[in-house]
Amino acid sequence: MAEMTYRDAINLALKEEMRRDKTVVVYGEDVALYEGAFKVTRGLLSEFGELRVRDCPISENTIVGVAVGAAMAGIRPVAELMTVNFALLAMDQIVNHMAKVRYMFGGQTKVPMVVRMPGGGGSQLGAQHSQSLESYFMHCPGMLVAYPATPADAKGLLKTSIREDNPVIFLEHELLYNSKGEVPEDPEYLVPFGKASVMREGEQVTLVGYGRMAILALQAAQQLEKDGISCEVIDLRTLVPLDMEMVLASVRKTGRVAVIEECWKSAGLGGDIASRIYEGCFDTLLAPVHRISGLDVPMPYSRKIEKLCIPQLEGIVQGVHDLLNEPY
Amino acid sequence: MPELLLADFQIKRLEVLNEKGEADPELLPPLSDAEIWRIYELMLLARIFDERAVALQREGRIGTYPPIRGQEAAQVGSAFALTEKDWLFPSFREMGAHLTLGYPISQLLQYWGGDERAQKVPPHLNIFPFCVAVGSQIPQAAGAALAARYRRDPVAVVTYFGDGATSKGDFHEGMNLAGVFNLPLVFICQNNQWAISIPLKGQTASASLAQKAIAYGFEGVQVDGNDVFAVYRATRQAVEKARSGGGPTFIECLTYRMADHTTADDAGRYRSAEEVAYWGERDPILRLERFLEGRGLWSPQKGEEAAAKVATIVDDGVREMESQPPPAAADLFEGVLATLTPRQAGQRKVR
Repeated sequence: MAEMTYRDAINLALKEEMRRDKTVVVYGEDVALYEGAFKVTRGLLSEFGELRVRDCPISENTIVGVAVGAAMAGIRPVAELMTVNFALLAMDQIVNHMAKVRYMFGGQTKVPMVVRMPGGGGSQLGAQHSQSLESYFMHCPGMLVAYPATPADAKGLLKTSIREDNPVIFLEHELLYNSKGEVPEDPEYLVPFGKASVMREGEQVTLVGYGRMAILALQAAQQLEKDGISCEVIDLRTLVPLDMEMVLASVRKTGRVAVIEECWKSAGLGGDIASRIYEGCFDTLLAPVHRISGLDVPMPYSRKIEKLCIPQLEGIVQGVHDLLNEPY
Repeated sequence: MPELLLADFQIKRLEVLNEKGEADPELLPPLSDAEIWRIYELMLLARIFDERAVALQREGRIGTYPPIRGQEAAQVGSAFALTEKDWLFPSFREMGAHLTLGYPISQLLQYWGGDERAQKVPPHLNIFPFCVAVGSQIPQAAGAALAARYRRDPVAVVTYFGDGATSKGDFHEGMNLAGVFNLPLVFICQNNQWAISIPLKGQTASASLAQKAIAYGFEGVQVDGNDVFAVYRATRQAVEKARSGGGPTFIECLTYRMADHTTADDAGRYRSAEEVAYWGERDPILRLERFLEGRGLWSPQKGEEAAAKVATIVDDGVREMESQPPPAAADLFEGVLATLTPRQAGQRKVR
């Protein structure tokens, strides 16, 4: 184990996989000499050269399209979009092609590619640069979606994503890049898709989160412990596939659950998770599923009111109190 | 300070075979009589396949179909310059190219009958799926070209698209990236002058499409798209250049969509009969027949015999297509993901 940041863990995963497999290449805007807008690709150009680490013109749709073509042609591209917000320019290639070409090609080809994208709000970047679009990607079949919360998972999930034969949307949270944690140094350390993790065991309430929301949930659980409330915290780790088995097992135990989603509440992933909880363990619920979500507004530029739009630690703590005090 | 001339460019148009069937001996590609006859047969095959497909749609035996009539030279001529090892990223109206490379007729019809299993390409061919979404295959072709170069695989990647696609961002982005990376990529524009009801002048104010390549830093050429020798010559040069590291080329085949946009369209509502008749006189097959006749290789009887031979091949394809059972409900989840999600697995179980 070594302590490192979320950013360095992703960087290490890229380096290890590029060393292991010469067909792994990195494309994106400012990923080579500049080493990425968030410095995630630091040292890649100098170690692997410009054939494998390529700066592309500002053409998000084509960066993904090139990765689709290259993946079908037998190499493993890892495309970086500077932020998830720019994925909207690439949604045609992502939804209409990356996610469907295997199916429309009669299953004949694999599409082993990863699209890495930082995202999330809280950096005072305004409405167009602070979005949490995870639910958009979950809606479309044909691709996997990972959203790590910890440095260890960031490394292990990215390595699995690169080895995966399905296309993967790999979401990173901009506010987690500097967070630190213990990361296994084993170059074969892989985190499987579809396996959530219990970040903390508890008895009274289940908190379900992903990405930065899982970290906030864990902090909320630590705070609630002081009030004598025992929370179980589940980090989903991958949004497609979802590990509902683990969520349901926890809810059966606690009887109460809050789902914390950074995205807008309308048609957000929390609604889908809630419906699966109702389908899976309605009879054991002691209270309705509680959703703690982003507000349905464009993200304000002002730091003061931006905070109101994203689930915060205090809001999660309050949400758990509400959940326990509901008269059911 | 005087103004400096920064760029001065010319765009060439290549013509080899005129409407009377006379070829420029300097420009005529070095093809044997047997090869030229093969090209003729393939153009007939494309024409007869196309007529049969339209008829099958009218009879309700396949779904909506986009005819290729009038574009046989632009498709057969270009595909004849490729090898099986080259990579093809088609749009949806280049069945003449598929037929030239040996894609099974039954599968082409099965696809247009609504069965995606027909996109399974015979193992010796590198043909990517039909792309009905306009222009979206262009960036993917650039990706395959990048992969080919990375693997040091000396092949050319060819992508087909129509004049309408040149208005899309995918075209601009793909052309731009191909220029920046000097990719082994040949862009073949089937400029049939109509994108459903929008004529070419509704797509661009540019005097030619070929000149667009100049802005991306590589060669663009317009060819008479109804002249099979011009199309072959330009494509041959472009793929050889691509294979040897010379970078991308843009070829504009100026042709004409003789039929409707698809079987769900009626082009009579938006274009004149005179225009269609004008292009009918410039039919690419007619022109090649005149050339062959001049060489003593063609007569009306030989033409009929060739057409009858081709029609039998198409008949066999239709029979084979119709003998295929439709996909079953259990196949719904085939190919969606390498491993299904638990929810998908559950949905499949109840089918």
